[in-house]
Amino acid sequence: MLYEAASKAYQNAGLEPKDIDGFVNAGEDWTEGHSIADEITPDQLGAVKRPVFTVNGDAMQALISAAMHILTGQMNICLVASYSKASNIKSLANITVMAMDPVFNRPLEENPYFIAGLEMNRYLYETGTTREQCAQVVVKNKKNALWNPSAGHGISLSKEQVLDSPMISYPLSSLDISPHSDGAIVIILAAAERAKALCQKPIWIEGMGWCSDSPSLEKRAWGEAVYTQIAAEMAYKMAGISYPRKEIDLAEVSDEFSYKELQHLEALKLCRKGEAGFLVEEGALGISGELAVNPSGGCLGVGSLLDATGAQKVLEVALQLRGEAGQRQVPNAGVGLAQSWRGIPTTSGAVLILSNR
Amino acid sequence: MGMRKVAVVGAGMTRFVRRALETPKELAYEAAKMALDSCELKLKDVDGVVVGSAVDAFDGFHMKGEYLSDGAGGWRKPFIRHSVGGATGVFSCIHGWMHVASGLFDVCLVLAEEKMSPCQPHPQGAFLTVYDAILERPLGLNLTWIVPQEMNLYMIRNGYRSEDVARVAVKNKRNALDHPAAMMGEELTVQDVVNSEVISWPVHRLDISGTADGATAVVLASEEVAKRITNKPVWVDGVGYNLDTWYWTSRDLAYPVYVEKAARMAYEMAGIKEPQKEIHIAEPYDPFTFKELQNLEALLLADQGKAAQLLAERVFDRDGRMPVCPSGGLLGVGNPIAAAALMKVAEVFWQLRGEAGKRQVPGNPKTGLAQAWGDMMQAGTVVILKI
Amino acid sequence: MDKSVQLKGTAIRESDIKEGKVLSTQWVPKAQYAWDTGVAIGRFLEELKGGKIIGMKCARCRRIMIPPRMFCELCYQPCREWVYLQDWGTVRSFCVSHLRWDASRMKDPFLPSVIELEGSTKGMGFFHLTGEIDPKDMKIGLKVKAVWKDARERTGAITDIRYFKPV
Repeated sequence: MLYEAASKAYQNAGLEPKDIDGFVNAGEDWTEGHSIADEITPDQLGAVKRPVFTVNGDAMQALISAAMHILTGQMNICLVASYSKASNIKSLANITVMAMDPVFNRPLEENPYFIAGLEMNRYLYETGTTREQCAQVVVKNKKNALWNPSAGHGISLSKEQVLDSPMISYPLSSLDISPHSDGAIVIILAAAERAKALCQKPIWIEGMGWCSDSPSLEKRAWGEAVYTQIAAEMAYKMAGISYPRKEIDLAEVSDEFSYKELQHLEALKLCRKGEAGFLVEEGALGISGELAVNPSGGCLGVGSLLDATGAQKVLEVALQLRGEAGQRQVPNAGVGLAQSWRGIPTTSGAVLILSNR
Repeated sequence: MGMRKVAVVGAGMTRFVRRALETPKELAYEAAKMALDSCELKLKDVDGVVVGSAVDAFDGFHMKGEYLSDGAGGWRKPFIRHSVGGATGVFSCIHGWMHVASGLFDVCLVLAEEKMSPCQPHPQGAFLTVYDAILERPLGLNLTWIVPQEMNLYMIRNGYRSEDVARVAVKNKRNALDHPAAMMGEELTVQDVVNSEVISWPVHRLDISGTADGATAVVLASEEVAKRITNKPVWVDGVGYNLDTWYWTSRDLAYPVYVEKAARMAYEMAGIKEPQKEIHIAEPYDPFTFKELQNLEALLLADQGKAAQLLAERVFDRDGRMPVCPSGGLLGVGNPIAAAALMKVAEVFWQLRGEAGKRQVPGNPKTGLAQAWGDMMQAGTVVILKI
Repeated sequence: MDKSVQLKGTAIRESDIKEGKVLSTQWVPKAQYAWDTGVAIGRFLEELKGGKIIGMKCARCRRIMIPPRMFCELCYQPCREWVYLQDWGTVRSFCVSHLRWDASRMKDPFLPSVIELEGSTKGMGFFHLTGEIDPKDMKIGLKVKAVWKDARERTGAITDIRYFKPV
């Protein structure tokens, strides 16, 4: 899969492996089923006997690392690779549980979705958002996915169907949860001068931010996505953005669970606390709405790609800004935001601001 | 080149030994706190945190980086974890360097941690999962089935005998007697090493470093901040890293070309043209005795086929022309994978500042190199420090 | 960082842990994976079941690669030319290991080896075990041949070859 994705990326950029100065992967040992998963990375990228490393984290963190290396001046062009093969993991819930504290949390032997249930409950309580509004996120995103040829979970649903789906961990029902997909995404970054020489329409990284809040369940803030607030502040500052609501044209945010889209939008200051639910209800977040959110279909429509999800979001924003998003094109897209979250049980996420100016 | 200068301004580490009373998070805290204290910085002075840890399976964690993040000072800060197997610890310094040299951060805390003891029945067992799931694991293999094959070819290619290579253990374990964190420091003779039981011929028990738990941390700062904090900043002059193919059976196992490429990348950045003259002290990766010699040759710090002779002539002793592993290395201090490699960076840091106590090499060394090796014998990472 | 620096740590004994004086918690990971073999390894395993070893040739650099892959990692080109290899070859390297995967000692050592199979490019090795030989007689350059399981016992796995023995 990675060979396919990388070959396409090379072709798209008009480059060959020898033109790349450094390679960065994103992935975790336990989701690969292989310890020191960095070992199996170089060949399919054309990176044999080249500088390569693996970020055990979100694809956006890998991308940010590559960007930093370019900013040092030592490298000019870097390739970032990520993928998910959730279909090969037979015991994913058991693996997720291993990311929880072995002394305090694992012995409770609960399916890890309880964490999302707890957070959703608190979020609804603190913001007054309703389950119905969360269900609207599911409806919107799965419908958007019907326009996305890479998306595997597009479908026309009604709000009622989402609300009636089996309860997993109240108030989280099964349709509130993103399904998984397999996929590989390769992104090539270049320093400014090289980018201009290589490409008619380079998509610029205007701002980057990332943050990890407490990994401990006992010590985290349950209602708000503080990690996203801090990451966004960092990214906005770098991009010189003071009024995100006005200056951002589209956003791909993590909707791993339906309520997360709303919680993240508020943390990104793209709306006020408690307002996101109303916006989705009013249709303001649709592809031709005030602020297009998850035009790709998001995780709910495309499928969650584990740690590669962040790369899918960057890919969508880049396609949108290039005007290559086909039937789901957001009109006049100039500045886009991509936000990722590593999923339960983490409180880690990143924000990238991209533009075509 | 116009690159932003970055310095190591502080370092700290835990003992390298089985720690049954501390969690990995607590080990991380111990090392990180010590590093910050050593340069009188507080957590609020740290802009970003980087953690390196080689293998999640040792202590049964998935997303080990997340778990370690708050112990490493990464609470509500930009935090990223990386892994390149055994080469991680030195790469940790490189990843931290990227943070500061990019201009995005002024102070970056770098931590490398490994807790191997929780893996039952033995941490070695976790290594089963580093091999190909389909073509190799069914054969039930162990790390000692693979690395000794490298040693076999290496010794034949260079005409080295077991005694030649055993001297590395003698030197390093002796050096380690002067290291406060060391687990395996002792006085040995070449015969002791050669007579120790054969684990996997040609490797004897005393040819191998021991697994341990531990953490090491360093603090990196931009030029402006470094000069405010200390009058002895140690500059990160060169960084390099390289990864060879996954298909190890098609590689030349006798010569780690990826270490040479990583070294050249670092030498180029540091403007070093004659490494054998310009590098004053070296901490190459020594998980097995032969590795120290093989790495020295690949690092271009000794001509191919000559390292054993130089070792025998005491050139690599602490008071020799080019001290190698004055810390005691992995063989002497212990091998909690990621932490061990960063320990080498910390050692060069202390040596260049004249703060290595009884281990101090004489002659005011100015430039030092730390190198690590990892993944399926395919990754090389190199850092060059200069005071 | 002199020897005199006192680093933290409390000395305890192995018996303290065994007797429960030091508390601990245990976890057994339930990690199950079903790896898709992909086209190249899928075919490789099928051929093993049939008692044959197959490799792949790169049209550009002309390397005959084992294990077979769908693309050449050096030329970065797709490959499509399957080539059968012999099931005998030369030992390129070996070691004599007394440890099992979990570090327990074995009485009779294993002989893990890298074998250059006849028909593959020089330098292209294949990992397996050598058997039916006294470890003292092992040497680089030894000619060896595969010892296969009975056709009925073969399942399409690397263990369809028991080991390689000297000829």
